[in-house]
Amino acid sequence: MRQIDLTERAPLTNSTPREEGVKISGTLPENLAEVIESLAHRFAAHRGGLLPLLHAVQHELGYIDDRAVPLIARVLNLSRADVHGVVTFYPDFRRVPPGRHVVKICRAEACQARGGAAIEAQAAERLATPFGTTRADGAVTLEPVYCLGLCAIGPNALVDERPVARLDAVKLDAIAREIAA
Amino acid sequence: MTRVYVSGDMAAVALGADAVAEELVRAGCEVVRTGSRGLFRIEPLVEVETGDGRIGYGPVLPGETEVVLAGTHPHHLGEVAALPFFASQQRFTFARCGVVDPLNLADYETHGGWQGLANARSRTPQQIVDAVKASGLRGRGGAGFPTGVKWQTVLDAPAGEKFVVCNADEGDSGTFADRMLMEGDPFCVIEGMAIAGHAVGARSGYIYVRSEYPFAIRTMREAIARSAHLVAPFVLELRVGAGAYVCGEETALLDSIEGKRGQVRAKPPLPAHAGLFGRPTVINNVLSLAAVPYILAKGAEAYAAVGYGRSRGTMPVQLAGNIRNGGLYEVGFGITLGELVDDIGGGTDSGRPVRAVQVGGPLGAYFPPALFDLPFDYEAFAQAGGLIGHAGITVFDDSVDMSRMARFAMEFCAVESCGKCTPCRIGSTRGVETIDRIRAAADPGGDIALLRDLCDTMKHGSLCALGGFTPFPVLSALDHFPEDFGGAAAPAQAAE
Repeated sequence: MRQIDLTERAPLTNSTPREEGVKISGTLPENLAEVIESLAHRFAAHRGGLLPLLHAVQHELGYIDDRAVPLIARVLNLSRADVHGVVTFYPDFRRVPPGRHVVKICRAEACQARGGAAIEAQAAERLATPFGTTRADGAVTLEPVYCLGLCAIGPNALVDERPVARLDAVKLDAIAREIAA
Repeated sequence: MTRVYVSGDMAAVALGADAVAEELVRAGCEVVRTGSRGLFRIEPLVEVETGDGRIGYGPVLPGETEVVLAGTHPHHLGEVAALPFFASQQRFTFARCGVVDPLNLADYETHGGWQGLANARSRTPQQIVDAVKASGLRGRGGAGFPTGVKWQTVLDAPAGEKFVVCNADEGDSGTFADRMLMEGDPFCVIEGMAIAGHAVGARSGYIYVRSEYPFAIRTMREAIARSAHLVAPFVLELRVGAGAYVCGEETALLDSIEGKRGQVRAKPPLPAHAGLFGRPTVINNVLSLAAVPYILAKGAEAYAAVGYGRSRGTMPVQLAGNIRNGGLYEVGFGITLGELVDDIGGGTDSGRPVRAVQVGGPLGAYFPPALFDLPFDYEAFAQAGGLIGHAGITVFDDSVDMSRMARFAMEFCAVESCGKCTPCRIGSTRGVETIDRIRAAADPGGDIALLRDLCDTMKHGSLCALGGFTPFPVLSALDHFPEDFGGAAAPAQAAE
């Protein structure tokens, strides 16, 4: 397998922005280049395989570190600008590690019609972190999502990929306890 | 061993169906996980197979399965299909959803699966396209463009590589029909795509599913693998979106499959001429493609016999938001908005009066009850300053603040804009600011005129429906609910 020198085209001057005081639970593997390359092989046969590869990298590493961008660009024969452009366009792709739990709460109209706005505010308070942030202890990331397709039983949330419907104060408490555990 | 059916649909699971199913397994039942029948008020739904057919109970909570099996659960529903909510539907596309085991090929075949594809294979491509034209099927994603005409364009394109793309990026709030079908009857979508491939001469297809639908992704992936030998030489690949609403726009979706930022392309060229990877491409919504097996199996006339005006066939309407009988209601076009919301939907879930309904997702207009005699029809809705879109109806009670909803429409557009055209990228942010000023002002007249002018620019100057249709919710809120913007109530409402 062709070896890629991590230091060669991945200057760390433009390092990943990190939120102040957030503890990072995961660390990048030493063999980042090999990980990327082996993932890239899986998508070699796919035309326009950048999105599937980015999903795979994020699944493997939890996020897409800026140091992975030139490696991904190299294996797919794209420019770093192309890859950077795609990573930053799509809300799903993270450039910093998420908290140990990820809570997504729907902000769209159908959930608003069922009291979603009040639940949004309660969630930020109960989980002790504003929307779009990771709590300082790294336990939870709270994010908005625009529709989970459960539009008659809202307000809805996705807690680590588990759907929760008819969100109320009791269910928020249960989610908060789950995160503390 | 007692056989029981429990929905594995994401909505049912969100209401606790997994725990109920596990309990039934522990009780020694054979548990079949189906899709959802489509009435969420009775989920988690358990159906017990008996000598008298499938007897439904719902909602069933964990801890209650013993009384379900004893037949004494208070939420005894009898035969689910006989409930008024279901008995009055015309289920062409959703006939199997909630009934069959979604990934069981034998089940699919027993319930009429693959007949459309078999009939298609015995016909010439032109005959298939003619049948789709004769059915009157129009794009169910929202635009309402005749599906047969689109297919004809791709069929007429010079031979060579062509594609079929299924748009399963169902991002509109208030819609969930694509999700339900992919989870509950995935082979139907696959069959529709295979027929499209045969009709236009495409050997490969892509299904682009949004990442917010993990259950649909899992089910579709497995269904593609299990049916690969049946649709060969047609080959399918599933692609997962990454949270960008704008990728539901067809050209942005094509760019996303190509591995690029999901930015809207200028048209022409149409995707039918130069679509995915620059090749002629049929790109249709899940529901458009899933309507095709029925048309090929039962005949174009059977499909076109139902409907209203130029809107033929059925529409899987999604009743959402603050509504008592929320769920999926498939019915022929022509039913009125009031029948859907009041009679079938049962009014609001909160028990308060209905004040507004938004039809067609975040880009659809808000209608007051004064307009509830509108028939569900592409032309009638366009005439009334709205759109059917993907047929989601989101109900709001009288606690809604319509200037806040108008603000949200602009805010959503600002969050989701792909950034390619100025009216959408900048207009949406200016729209939020203008509505904020209107909400704060004692005399907002000047800013309301400015907002209308801005909407006019966005409507006519945007590259795609995101910027172009965001004015629908904003202007309809202004027109029908002026009292929420510091004005006098609209005459139609004041008369009530």
